[in-house]
Amino acid sequence: MTTLTTPPTAGPRSTGAASPRRTSKPRPTVTAVVTWIMAGLFGAFLLAVLASVIVASLGGSWGAGWLPGSVTSDWFRQAWEAPGLSSSLAVTFQVAVADVLLALVIGVPAGYVLARKSFPGRSAIMLFALFPVILPPLTYAVQLAALMYRLGIGGTLLSVILVNLVPILPLVILITVPFVEQISPQVEDAARVFGANNLKLFTRVLVPLLTPGIVAAGVLCLVRVLGSFELTFFVSSAETQTLVVTIFGAMADPGGPPAALTAAMTVFYMAIALIGLAISLRFSNPAQALSGSAHRAV
Amino acid sequence: MAEVLDPSRATTGRRPLKHRLAERGIDWSLLLLLPALVVIGALFLYPFLYGVSISFQPLEGGGPFANYQDFFGDSYQRDAIFKTLRLAVPVALVSVGLATPLAYQCRRDFRGRRLVTLVLMLPITFGSILIAQGMLRVFSPYGWANLALEAIGLPKADLLYNYEGTFIAAVLTTLPLAFLLLMGFFGGIDPALENAAATLGAGRATRFWKISLPLAMPGILTTFMLALVEAFAIFPSAILVGQPDNETHVLTIPIYQAASQRSDYAQASAIAIVLTLIELLFLALMVLLRNRLYKGPAVGGKG
Repeated sequence: MTTLTTPPTAGPRSTGAASPRRTSKPRPTVTAVVTWIMAGLFGAFLLAVLASVIVASLGGSWGAGWLPGSVTSDWFRQAWEAPGLSSSLAVTFQVAVADVLLALVIGVPAGYVLARKSFPGRSAIMLFALFPVILPPLTYAVQLAALMYRLGIGGTLLSVILVNLVPILPLVILITVPFVEQISPQVEDAARVFGANNLKLFTRVLVPLLTPGIVAAGVLCLVRVLGSFELTFFVSSAETQTLVVTIFGAMADPGGPPAALTAAMTVFYMAIALIGLAISLRFSNPAQALSGSAHRAV
Repeated sequence: MAEVLDPSRATTGRRPLKHRLAERGIDWSLLLLLPALVVIGALFLYPFLYGVSISFQPLEGGGPFANYQDFFGDSYQRDAIFKTLRLAVPVALVSVGLATPLAYQCRRDFRGRRLVTLVLMLPITFGSILIAQGMLRVFSPYGWANLALEAIGLPKADLLYNYEGTFIAAVLTTLPLAFLLLMGFFGGIDPALENAAATLGAGRATRFWKISLPLAMPGILTTFMLALVEAFAIFPSAILVGQPDNETHVLTIPIYQAASQRSDYAQASAIAIVLTLIELLFLALMVLLRNRLYKGPAVGGKG
């Protein structure tokens, strides 16, 4: 715990200035070269895997050979007109927006209290907030689905939203805590001295200062909800499937739609996820927020 | 009110309860925590207890332990634990082993670090289903991988619908996660420590083995633990690019079969509880192991 007190944004900033820039670049070591070659191969393979989906969705028929025989946008038209896709797109958007908003509205105040106050039971709460983040969804997805069906809301949009809240709410809390700790309590005291009430303190001081943290948390949640498969899979019905569940269903069914059609559906999903990723990298560095919270947490 | 402010009576404990509680940090602001606690309690802790209770109420009757007896009595089901271990441990080892040197190289800011991060964020963002879909195409008998192998004169590789397929899919999603975590851990080590070692004549290799690695070791262990826990519950890729009835019959497959195909949530919960207990055992082991390592500041002082 002691090594881990650096707030998430302090990492790289403190590094550059400390050491004076060397005039001549040091020769790269053998291990560095090997590492970069391995990384390059891994990256190339990864990009090839992702690119093949895009190529497949654009190709007429792709038997043997490096590229498909012809180029067509037919699969996209078919995917768009398929009844499953539009409904699962709508469900995905509804679930994503509802879950991210709920997680932020509930999680940020909780994170604020956990960062500012010390009270009996605080560390127990922090520990419990950690479990849903660390434990993979399949350890609780089935029990949660069984409970939802017992309550009579299994398969509804509400149940999909509720189950997806489980891993992201603690994530928001864990990300918010270090961001709040970065804000000096004196700033709040000063605002109070100048007559700010609780509401004004919150809307004029805390929210603007916390925006980077809130955006980082929101984007990480968005990405996680979009890709969340297991939780949605066990609780959703045919009408409330999110995009990933629909794609999984199409892939796992041997008599399902042709691979290129599934690929076209997947490209829709990739586009949505990429927009989320681009926004996140524009506003903040979610990787840093992630490792920052992992630092503190574990 | 005056008596409350009187210091001689402050310790007698006769002040209003509200004040005494406030002294220990309990006041109305804690209400902000309530919604979060309700959600985590109702949707995470309670389902766990609910799962435990229904796992002791088997659908087909029998004793309360029938679900567990079914699972551990059937060698095919029981072997799922070993099949999961055989998959998850190598996946975690390979991911952390490959990610550590790369994260070490990326510990300082440099041109292109954003690009490396971006590329490695892709599989995390897209998830294992998309990776599996791309792999089905790339590793198919006439896919890019085999065409490339053919071009350099190597025999074709069979990397789909078997152990290797699931292994590769798992590494593709676990390695980036390990990298991002490790980059944070290496970045958190003050460069002044390395500089000091360099001033005292330590070469690059010595600095890595004697300074950076020991300081990052708790972080590396944490990353390994998270990778292992994640890989232990591998699910979609075991079905899509693995051989779910044999080589990759991992623990999640019987959960899926019981819940989705037979709607036997009692049996599914029993297996999910076995999975959870193993995961918690891993976590406990790793925390114990990590507590034996160096714990202290990773920053240089001015003294």
